[in-house]
Amino acid sequence: MEHVIEMLNIRKEFGNFVANDNITLQLKKGEIHALLGENGAGKSTLMNVLFGLYQPEGGKILVRGQEVKITDPNVANNLGIGMVHQHFMLVEDFSVTENIILGSEPTKGGMISINIAAKKVLELSELYGLDVDPFAKIRDISVGMQQRVEILKTLYRGAEILIFDEPTSSLTPQEIKELIQIMHRLIEEGKSIILITHKLKEIMDVSDRVTVIRKGQGIGTVVTTETSPDELASLMVGRQVEFKTEKIPANPTTNVLEIVDLVVTDYRGIKKVKSLNLSVRKGEILGIAGIDGNGQTELIEAITGLRKVKSGQVLLNGQDITGKRPRHITEAGVGHIPQDRHKHGLVLDFSIGHNIALQTYYKSPISKQGFINYKTISKKANEIIQKYDVRTQGDHEPARALSGGNQQKAIIGREIDRNPDLLIAALPTRGLDVGAIEFIHQSLIEQRDNGKAVLLISFELDEVMNVSDRIAVIFDGEIVDTLDPLQTSEQELGLLMAGQTKKGTKSNQMKEGDSSNV
Amino acid sequence: MSNRIVNILVPVISVILGLLVGAIVMLVSGYNPIEGYAALWNGIFGDIYSIGETIRQITPYILAGLAVAFAFRSGLFNIGVEGQLIVGWFAAAYVGIAFELPKMIHLPLAILAAAAAGALWGFIPGLLKAKFKVHEVIVTIMMNYIALHTSNALVRAVSDGDANTGSIHQTASLSSRFLENMTDFSRLHFGILIALAMVLLMWLILEKTTLGFELKAVGLNQHASEYAGMNVNKNIILAMVISGVFAGLAGAMEALGTFGFVSVKGGFTGIGFDGIAVALLGASTPLGVIFGATLFGSLKYGATNMPNAADIPEEIVSIIIAIIIFFVASGYVIRLFVERLGKKKEAK
Repeated sequence: MEHVIEMLNIRKEFGNFVANDNITLQLKKGEIHALLGENGAGKSTLMNVLFGLYQPEGGKILVRGQEVKITDPNVANNLGIGMVHQHFMLVEDFSVTENIILGSEPTKGGMISINIAAKKVLELSELYGLDVDPFAKIRDISVGMQQRVEILKTLYRGAEILIFDEPTSSLTPQEIKELIQIMHRLIEEGKSIILITHKLKEIMDVSDRVTVIRKGQGIGTVVTTETSPDELASLMVGRQVEFKTEKIPANPTTNVLEIVDLVVTDYRGIKKVKSLNLSVRKGEILGIAGIDGNGQTELIEAITGLRKVKSGQVLLNGQDITGKRPRHITEAGVGHIPQDRHKHGLVLDFSIGHNIALQTYYKSPISKQGFINYKTISKKANEIIQKYDVRTQGDHEPARALSGGNQQKAIIGREIDRNPDLLIAALPTRGLDVGAIEFIHQSLIEQRDNGKAVLLISFELDEVMNVSDRIAVIFDGEIVDTLDPLQTSEQELGLLMAGQTKKGTKSNQMKEGDSSNV
Repeated sequence: MSNRIVNILVPVISVILGLLVGAIVMLVSGYNPIEGYAALWNGIFGDIYSIGETIRQITPYILAGLAVAFAFRSGLFNIGVEGQLIVGWFAAAYVGIAFELPKMIHLPLAILAAAAAGALWGFIPGLLKAKFKVHEVIVTIMMNYIALHTSNALVRAVSDGDANTGSIHQTASLSSRFLENMTDFSRLHFGILIALAMVLLMWLILEKTTLGFELKAVGLNQHASEYAGMNVNKNIILAMVISGVFAGLAGAMEALGTFGFVSVKGGFTGIGFDGIAVALLGASTPLGVIFGATLFGSLKYGATNMPNAADIPEEIVSIIIAIIIFFVASGYVIRLFVERLGKKKEAK
């Protein structure tokens, strides 16, 4: 079959850093070709080379058999290459059509003729089954629709080859299903697609072939039907990956965290946590399962002192820490991997080294008599960078420059290194690839094996069931049930998370759950 | 090209562009730019007296620049340096006039009074920001007016309705016979040493202390700072207080060094506001502030020679300064230009 795009032995350097080394990607006409790699493996760099944003130091690019030099994105556009960006580039207050024609407005006597454009947009939309209203304002349509506008933008400009950059990262399951249909429709009409992703399930579902890159190196191309998620994962990471995290049975002992009748309100005074009772013991991981917005954020913030407690008690090792300042709680033995690593977890414009010192900068040996020793920070930071495999160019690199997984590893290293009695991990693997997820899960289990208590909050059922020793289901600010992960199912959890319990049975189950704590 | 070099190049190119545009303005207005710049140069470096006066002029600019830069590094925009300077000026002059003490006590006391007054004037907006989330820009602007009119009323009150207090006692003066003799009897005083000491102090706080680590963290991300157990409110107030101290000391320079008295002011001195530009030119770093203040002080003082020596109005310098600030503020354009140039060279 004919190749529409051939990127042969591409090499791209940034200073001394080789982002792409000898990578070959050959896209056949009419196929969906997945580009798989961990965060920071060099996928985006390769695509930016194809899109004319970077010039490669080595290798060549052939489009329909002709060698080309793609010097800027306009050249790429003219060659029929279109990019559907992960972060949409749309003007909120403009209509769909206005956004699509932005930059190449059709004019009639010096005036923009929206109607001609809108007609063309509608035709394209119908042809590919996109179901987009050309006159709707971007701010009024869903994220999934906005993505279709991005797709239309490339089609309107005559793209034959579409690059999808992590297209499912912000979509709902239903929207993902529809996107996959759209992709198949595009292929039927003779387009070719490069799909950038690190989600194995999607690749297995939609792609024809997969090219894997690891740490900037081209690993190879495989046919999807001849491979498995396991094989892809090990190709991507470079070793065997365990999806089911191995762990020895838990050996819980005494209570570390006890929460009694906790009530927390949001800024409007509305109760978000309602008389919540919970306990976490030494040597166990308690997973809190629940749908986003059922009081998880408020609960964690109340425990860690970031939010005021309305009533009730939080006890750590029997000591009352209710309403204490964050530093007091931290020093009492709480480690906290925050839900939003950019907002709470890191000072992005500080170096990664400074960030690693964020909880200990004021204490000996880093600080003495109010003076800070940056050499000690650097030394400590490098220890943690080594131990937790944080991939960075050095402890002086700004935290902003690290990939999400490496930022998270630095946070986890910082928190675990203080050896807290209670480690709170809120959505610790959000947005990370399988390699990083595996590492983080193992770190949590290691903590519990060392006799520490771990409180895990997650929206992902897989994660909660895989990692926890006990699962508490939160719904509408209350723990509705506490379950053994080995004796429950996704169905049961899903129903509980959606609030499907009778009032009567709920209180019974609560008692059961509580009695198992003692 | 390294980031550091680009960071230094941007202000330097801005200055050159400012001078170029200034020359064009002079040409268009029918003046000879070469004569104009010669007069400016002579006004700054022409003789030892001018050099002394230029350094004297630079002194309060350094302190005002530090005040703005310090707050800025802590994530705060202190527009109130002008007001803090005015209350510092009054406080220092008042202590200098009202008490009779040995120099060893009197001079430090007068300087401390200025620092305390500036600190108070910084504390109020800091407190309002920390406790009630009132934006510091609004409060500090208002505090400037309160400072101006309070100072004027107090001057009248302590000098029986006169628009001018008498001179401070010699025991509270920063003036130095030695420096004056050395510079052909300019008004150069010991204040420059205080200003340089404060530059060192700011560097020390920001780069060497736990406090500086916290202030910078709070300035960059309050949420993460709170998460890390820092007291965000305390740091906001402290940043404004320290900023106010620097500004108050700038007032002390005028009270105890240059003038030796305080008078009723028809309007703002402008030094506090220029401090914003000085900090901007210096990228809010201690060393950069010295650079910015030197440029500002030199241009301002040198300009006074232009009407005499070349018959060119000194306002032309205000235009040049404005253009320099414009180019620094739009540094992105210059940055782009410098980086392009760097790339071309690499390619060759």
